[in-house]
Amino acid sequence: MLLEAIPLSELQAPLRKTALNAVHRAAKSKMVDFGGWDMPVDCCGLVAEHMAVRTGVGVFDVSHMGDIQFRGPGSLAAVQKLCMNDASKLAVGQAHYSAMLYPNGTFVDDVVVHKLSENDYLIVINAGTREKDVQWVRQVIGGMPRVHMSDYSDHYTQLAIQGPRAAETLRKLTSTDLSTIKNYWFTWGQVCGLHNVMIARTGYTGEDGFEIYIPSDEATSARVWGEVLAAGAEFGILACGLGARNTLRLEAGMALYGHEISDAINVFEAGLGRYAKLDKGDFVGRDALMEIQAAGGPKRKLVGLEMVERGIGRDGYPVFSLDGKRLGKITSGSPAPFLKKNIAMAYVPVEFGALDTEVAVEIRGQRVKARVVALPFYKRTRKST
Amino acid sequence: MTYPATYRYTKEHEWIQVDGSTGNVGITDYAQDSLGDIVFVDLPKVGDTVEAGKTFGSVESVKAVSDLFSPVSGTVAAVNEELKDKPETINTDANTTWLLKIALADAKQVDALLTAAEYEKFISEETGH
Repeated sequence: MLLEAIPLSELQAPLRKTALNAVHRAAKSKMVDFGGWDMPVDCCGLVAEHMAVRTGVGVFDVSHMGDIQFRGPGSLAAVQKLCMNDASKLAVGQAHYSAMLYPNGTFVDDVVVHKLSENDYLIVINAGTREKDVQWVRQVIGGMPRVHMSDYSDHYTQLAIQGPRAAETLRKLTSTDLSTIKNYWFTWGQVCGLHNVMIARTGYTGEDGFEIYIPSDEATSARVWGEVLAAGAEFGILACGLGARNTLRLEAGMALYGHEISDAINVFEAGLGRYAKLDKGDFVGRDALMEIQAAGGPKRKLVGLEMVERGIGRDGYPVFSLDGKRLGKITSGSPAPFLKKNIAMAYVPVEFGALDTEVAVEIRGQRVKARVVALPFYKRTRKST
Repeated sequence: MTYPATYRYTKEHEWIQVDGSTGNVGITDYAQDSLGDIVFVDLPKVGDTVEAGKTFGSVESVKAVSDLFSPVSGTVAAVNEELKDKPETINTDANTTWLLKIALADAKQVDALLTAAEYEKFISEETGH
């Protein structure tokens, strides 16, 4: 068999590193190039990490993600123009899922918008699109009055502590009462002796959990990482890599830029229309979305698939109707470690999108049956504590 | 990681354990470790022919698909059916988990394969392990 060589030595074009890079390498994590970043893909075994998050707690280094802050009386107007959700509905300490769109209604990136104070907003952006997003933001809001944009991406080490025992884990490290932070809200508090750490009840796993933003110097980052692992040890905490991050978000039916969303896919096709508040006023992409609606909606849609016959439908595999018509291709597909099924998301013409529709995925030349199932594949049942 | 001295190896990380005119084929400890948790194995049927250096099936982890290449030419004499339901057995013990038994077409082909020492050297050169 052919295996991708994953050399442990430096590559010729140096990859970017988070502050925890040495820690990951010392722990013998398998590393991978993710969008130009040297990141752990597998720390203790993908399946073990995935299951730790679903049943206990896991911790991820997501410092490669970007952070753009807007300040000034004009910051709300800037965010409203850039992002499709209605930021005027956010309270201080509240966040929401949103996206920046191109004028044709397709995606620049998906983001989480945080209202830090009346004139202060933070948007968290994807690692793979950081530079593009920053350029886009400057271009769109450049002429707007009384708003200042700062790129704080390298200032933070961002850790995601996720799972049903995440709150119990973090509780040991902070005096902040975590039970007062509702889902998608955030606050600032002391964590591991550090002051004014942003603690957000957000994540990308479908579980309860928190993301904390700490100073990005190596010593502090390593110390906090170690303290989180120690605090979570009694709950079976594992350090988790990008492999588990992907299978977790796939089970939860969450989009990944470059797969379910991109500059070739519009908001309605992606099933994210509920986050586009067309009534809030103008934003980049709004006109295009209204035209799509007026024309009867999208012609293709994102569906969930579950393999019915033996086989694993993966990213890029074509999808056919049972009588051989090509419908589209899989955007993300993989075995689901918790659900113990082989699942995928794919774009198909809307007329093939009804639940239980049977389709055929082409896997190395063979057509293997799958059926359309509801998204998300997995939804957690426990309430946040 | 261990590589039994009585086996022969390919640069594609398969091993063959020859016993007279037949050989059991599996994947190496290095391969199973690189792949991670194996979730799916696709093997040929008894009676199929295989050709040295050509693919005869695939093994899949959660993250990736890897083709399997036959070390030798011959006919498939037996297939390890247990791997259909328990593919993870390969991770537990790659050196004793056979995938196929091949009736060799030409026993001399085995001599062209790597010894355990040559295979270990090959891996350390390729990846710095």
